[in-house]
Order: sequence, then C-alpha cells, then structure tokens
Amino acid sequence: MDLSSIDLRAIGAWFHGLLISSGMSQTGIHVIEALVGALLLLIFGLTLVIFLIWLERKLAGRIQDRLGPNRVGPYGLLQTVADALKLLTKEDVTPLDADRVPYNLAPGLAVFHVIMALAVIPFSNRVIGADINVGVLYLMAVGAIGSMAALMAGWASNNKYALIGGFRVVAQLLSYEIPLVLAMIIPVMVSGTMRMNGLAVAQGSIFGFGWFVWTLPLAFLIFFVASLAEGERAPFDLLEAESEIVAGYNIEYSGMKFAWFFLAFFMNSWVLAAIGTTIFFGGWQGPFVDQLPALGVIYFLGKTMILFFVQAWVRATFPRLRIDQMMSFCWKFLVPMALVLFAAVAIILKLNLPQPLEAITLLVANVAILLTGVTLLGRTQRKALYAPKRAFTPTIPRL
Amino acid sequence: MLQQVIFILMAIFTLGMALGTVTARNLFHAALFLVGTFAGVAVLYVLLEAEFLAVSQVVVYIGAIATLIIFAIMLSRSMMGKEAGAMNKQWLFAAGGSALLFIVLAMLLSKVPFATQVAPVPPDTIEQIGSSFVGVYVIPFEVASVLLLVALIGAIMLARERHG
Amino acid sequence: MLQQYGLIGMLALIALAFPFVVVGFTWLIRPKRPDPIKNSTYECGLETIGETWVQFRAQYYLFALIFVVFDIEAMFLFPFAVAFKQLGLFAVIEALLFVAMLAMGLIYAWRKQALEWQ
Repeated sequence: MDLSSIDLRAIGAWFHGLLISSGMSQTGIHVIEALVGALLLLIFGLTLVIFLIWLERKLAGRIQDRLGPNRVGPYGLLQTVADALKLLTKEDVTPLDADRVPYNLAPGLAVFHVIMALAVIPFSNRVIGADINVGVLYLMAVGAIGSMAALMAGWASNNKYALIGGFRVVAQLLSYEIPLVLAMIIPVMVSGTMRMNGLAVAQGSIFGFGWFVWTLPLAFLIFFVASLAEGERAPFDLLEAESEIVAGYNIEYSGMKFAWFFLAFFMNSWVLAAIGTTIFFGGWQGPFVDQLPALGVIYFLGKTMILFFVQAWVRATFPRLRIDQMMSFCWKFLVPMALVLFAAVAIILKLNLPQPLEAITLLVANVAILLTGVTLLGRTQRKALYAPKRAFTPTIPRL
Repeated sequence: MLQQVIFILMAIFTLGMALGTVTARNLFHAALFLVGTFAGVAVLYVLLEAEFLAVSQVVVYIGAIATLIIFAIMLSRSMMGKEAGAMNKQWLFAAGGSALLFIVLAMLLSKVPFATQVAPVPPDTIEQIGSSFVGVYVIPFEVASVLLLVALIGAIMLARERHG
Repeated sequence: MLQQYGLIGMLALIALAFPFVVVGFTWLIRPKRPDPIKNSTYECGLETIGETWVQFRAQYYLFALIFVVFDIEAMFLFPFAVAFKQLGLFAVIEALLFVAMLAMGLIYAWRKQALEWQ
C-alpha cells in the first residue's frame, strides 16, 4: 500500500464532491460541512476526555505509589465510562436557595468554552476546524467565557464555599491570563501571524530546530506556569482546595451537572497543552510530515500528550500555594519578566541579525532574563526569611 | 440570505438581552443579561467580517468589564441579593436624559451617509490595524497608554482610601 | 472568510445545546426524591448562618481593575505583534513606550503595595 496516499485532505475533498454531486445549493453545502466538522470536533473532545481522565488517575496513582484504576476493563481503561454512566443516573440535587437560571446555565457554559476552543486547534496542516485570522485572540475570548461560567456557578449556588471558590477562580484566572497572553504575544511577534496553523507553519525548519521553545524558552516557561494556573491545576488549585473550601465553585453540583464541570476541567488542561504544543513545539511539525501529512496528527497528539503528562506530573507532585503567594508570584514575577522579555525580543528582532546569530541572541536573552529574575526572587525571599521577626501574629489568609 | 437570517436573529437576541439588562430586578441577573448583550454584539461584528473587533469585544467586555461589574455588585452590600426596584426618585431626570440622548443619536444616524454598496474586506486587516497603531494613529495609541496608566493609578488610590 | 466562522457558529450551537440536552436526558432516567434537608445548602453538615452574599473584599476589585488595564494593553499589542515584521525601528520604539507606560503603572502598584494580598 502506498502510505503517501493517506491524506486527510482527500477525505474532505471526497466528501465535498459527494455533496456537490447531490445537487445541493452552495449555502447548503457550507452548512452541512460546518455541521459535520462541528460534530467531529465534539465527538473527538468527548472521547478524548474519557481517555484523559483515566490517564491522569493512572498517572497520579503510579506517581504516588498506588495502582490507580485497574478494575473495569483492561488496565482500568473503562473506569471513566463506568463513572460517566453512574453520573448519568444520579439524582440531581438543586439547593433550595440557589439562583436557578444561572445555576443551571453555568455547567453548560463551562462545557461550551472548552469545546469552542477545539475549533482553532491545528491537528495537522489541513485538519483544523477554522483557521481564522485571530486564532490566538479567539482562544483568549473563549477563556473569558470560562471564567464567567465559574463566577456564575459560584454566585448562583448560594453557598459560602462556592462563592469564595468563585471569587478565587476569577482572581486567579484573571491574574494569570496576563502572563499567559504576554507569553503568547512573543511567538506571534516572531512569526507575524495570529493564525494557529500559521504559528505551527512558522516553526517548520528541519528536525525541530525551528521550534520556538528553543529560541524563546522563557516565554514557554511563563506560558506553561500560567497555563497550570489557567487550567486550575496544582499547585494553583486553590480554587478547589478540598481541604479548605471543600470543592470550590462546583460544590453544590451533583450528577451530570457536576460531570460537566469535571469534563471541562480535563478538556481545558488538554486544550492548554495543545496551545502550548502549537505555539512552542511546532504543532504538527515533525520528520517526514511533508511526505505523509497524516503523520502530523500523530506528532501533534503525541506532543500534546507529553505536555499533558507534565501537567499531571506537576499536579501529583506539588503542594498547593497560598492565595497571597499565588497572586504575588503572578504580578511580581511572571508579569514583569514577560514585559521585559517582550521588549528584549522586539529589540533583538529589529537588529536584523543573520539567522543563526539571531536565534542564539534570542536564546541568550531569554536565559539571561530568567536567571536575573530568579536571582532577584531568591534574594528578596531570603531577605524576607531572615528579616527580624515581629511578635507572633497568626496570619490567617483571609478569604 | 443565510447571513441576513442570522443577522436578524442575533439583532433580536441582542435587543432582548439589552431589554433584560434594564428591566431585571436582580442586579446580578442584569449583569448576566449585559454579558449576553456583549456576546450578541460580538456576533454582529463577525457578520461584518470585523474579526478583531469581535474577539476584542468578547475579551475586553465579557472577560474584563463584565467581571468588574459583577465584582462591583458584590462589593456594595446594599445592592446584593435584594431585588432592586426599577424606579427611584431620579426616574424623571433619567428619562429626560435618555430621551435627549436618543434624540441626539437619532439625528446623528439620520445624517450619516450609510454605504449601500458592500466593499470587500481586505484579508490582512489585523496587520493594517497594527501598523496604523504605530503609524497614523500613534498619538491616540500613546494617549491610550496614558489613559490606562491614569486608570490604574486612580484605582489604586481609591482602593487605598477604602483601607485607610 | 465568513465560511470559517460558519463552523465556529455551528460548533457554538452544538456546544451550547449539547450539555443541556444531556442534562435533559438524565432527567428522564435519574431518581427524583427531593427532601428539605438534602436540598439545603451544603456546609459540611452544619446549618448555614446568615446570608451567603456578604460584602466581599475590595482587594478582588483592585486586582480586577489592574487586570482590565493589562488586558486592554494586550489587545493593543496583538495587532502590533502581527504587523511587527513590516514595521520600522521607530514604530517599535513607540510600541515599547506604550509597554513602558504600563510597566510604570505596575511598578507604581507594587510600590504602593496594591499587589500585596492582605
């Protein structure tokens, strides 16, 4: 069999031809194609989440010297399916004091925002829902809907824990959106496009040397840390904080509505990993991808899985931050570093250096800024540590 | 054809949400209706092929401004939970002001020469916006940064006053 | 161009409807046994005291305000970043001035201890 004939484009072209031959109007064809594309993305997302939940539980289990799910199906693979079926049949308790309409709307919006994000993710050169001009900004816009959903859930549950959780979500998601976005602007500046696929194409030189993670490692680090916070993951999971506020904004939700928040959480993590892959790890780029476009999908999913694995690893390993630490880490460390990096990259790119020299200068600047930042952070922290202790006043972090 | 249908549906949706914003008794609900209005306007921008405006609308208005409004509602104790009346003592002035604004807007709209021909939207609008920020419109661009700085300083001053 | 948004619009419709359809479906098969205790606000078994919607700290509002400023800054910087390749050195300096102005705001907030979570 000729492997190079496996081209996902061919399937699309075949389907397009089929629709034309059925004698439909132009608008009708567009509508049906959009419908099929949207359904494919939805099905992909749901199947993916079933796998991701299993993967994360298994990984956390192994990392913490447990077995993880191992009863239902081979290696416990069907555990999530069983859980989903169970949640489908569970009673749905709505607290009497809840603000009904926003309460019921919130889980739907949470799912809505993660599924919408799938639309601009380039799985391969041509396998992308919609390669729009404003791809990166679109993801930001979709994320804004997510924090709105959390705020609605927190408010409408009429529960103190939920409200505190909702507030923490918004404080955290809003704060970490700034370093996340600033870190995403830098690759946009280097490649000169906001299209998600354009960003992947721009990193296309051989054997991964063109990936932005090599020339802009600091931008990737800022992005990754901020994406942990945006994904509500440990060490930034204080908006769920089981031991303090029980479960955060989704405490009053049960049955399928809780399942939607759960699904949104896992899919959001994956989407953030996918964005990281696209922007910093060359997306679908890899060896022989020009000869065999279908390989791109495999590369893309593989790289995304590795990033997702690192996220899960961090989650299973690190303890939770306190809210004041979380906020100062963002505003006093990540944001200033991102701003300095932005300025440095802008200036270096305008020096018009020849190619290998430019990449090396970028790398050196990144490392230098990172080292300076870490040194300053270490110095101030040490100063705070050895500062003369005042009389003991219990510092209960206020809500 | 399809575009017109979507436009009409979205316009009705936006107007309905706007109506909800001003008539909702619960302030939190009013804020959520406002979010719906913003979303509707964003879709209208997409129909005009102004993608950058559409995403800015969502990012800035839904992501930032609406959140700020909800925070403000939650900060002011007197406004929360209770059903606020739609009428108060100032209704007469408010009605007068709104009527005046409506007249001004209506007059402006009747004077504006609306394009009846659809011009093709250039494909690289974002690049054009970007280069005009630092080109033709550099003064407003820099003034915007000063404005943002002033807003930041003002916010900090106000918040400090609350603490002290 | 609008064709691209056709898929997004369709996805929006489906993604908006789907969760509610599934919740509606579970309504058919799930048990429904409400109970005043079960439906009361969950607070680890204690009865809830006072209202939930109490006044919140001004700190949250302050951070939201700082966020708004930086969010708008980012919105301005994105088109600049896209056009970056065609811009001259002077234009880049103008944009850096824009960033510096906001960095000053951040420094001001820092010095005034507005970034402190008390």
